[in-house]
Amino acid sequence: MKKLILILLVFSHSIFAGTAAPLAEDPALEARLKTMSQELRCLVCQNSTLADSDAPLAEDLRKEIRGQMRAGKSDEQIVDYLVTRYGDFVRYRPPVNSNTALLWFGPFLLLLIGGFMAFKVLKKQAGDGDIEGEDA
Amino acid sequence: MNRTLKFLIPLALFLVAVGFLFKGLFLNPREVPSPLVGKPAPTFIAPILGEAGKSFSSKDMQGQVWLLNVWASWCAACRDEHPLLMQMAETKRIATYGLAYKDIDADAQQVLIAMGNPYNKVITDTDGKIGIDYGVYGVPETYLIDKAGIIRYKHIGPLTPDILLTKIVPLLKELGV
Repeated sequence: MKKLILILLVFSHSIFAGTAAPLAEDPALEARLKTMSQELRCLVCQNSTLADSDAPLAEDLRKEIRGQMRAGKSDEQIVDYLVTRYGDFVRYRPPVNSNTALLWFGPFLLLLIGGFMAFKVLKKQAGDGDIEGEDA
Repeated sequence: MNRTLKFLIPLALFLVAVGFLFKGLFLNPREVPSPLVGKPAPTFIAPILGEAGKSFSSKDMQGQVWLLNVWASWCAACRDEHPLLMQMAETKRIATYGLAYKDIDADAQQVLIAMGNPYNKVITDTDGKIGIDYGVYGVPETYLIDKAGIIRYKHIGPLTPDILLTKIVPLLKELGV
């Protein structure tokens, strides 16, 4: 039964993907590809990862990544390869740079502003015990 | 802090936030800025459609300003921009090369017979490898490449008269075409 399911799985994959390399060929490489493609965005359906997407481009990119892995490229080199072509948007974890600084530090900035305002208000309340009564 | 200010500052912040969100409504999330703009166009050698045995090398385009228009016979949006490409071809102002992306040669040729051929040459990218090198993720896409082989502009989606007049023509002027 298990064997049958496996055969079906492999078979159905090849129906959808056409040119995909056989899954069982190199399990270690497939595992590496899976981990890596979960960190990468499919540019066609932007809310899914390269691992999840059935889009033809995603299949092509997985094929490309497989090829580069076989050629001995490191994960970092492969991600760089994709970033130079598709931009930082291809990564699900945006790197810290001048474009993404606000994205990374914005929340802390808001926290600071909020904290400062809370501090002012609380200090004032503690100071005279009167919330409404001072306009001057 | 007086009361008016207490009221005005949060209101101002709120309006700024609303302004950003409102602008966001009209942005196209599919238009991802290409990191390739301003960088050398990836080089490639690939077969020319309809000219068996001949191939096109992007290096031969050095010294020329040219458009690379990525299209396919299976791409409906490509047909929308086709008449505009035909009009551009008539002016002979800029060399336009088509890249038949993941297409079947016969299908691509069929489209050109039916709708006219606006391209100087059509290059075939049957397995989509050139597309990956150019960061193509949705056809049609159009690249403007200058004499030094640098990508100066990329447009994702069908070309429109507006894009042509406001983006491409000014760039062509700048590049002396």
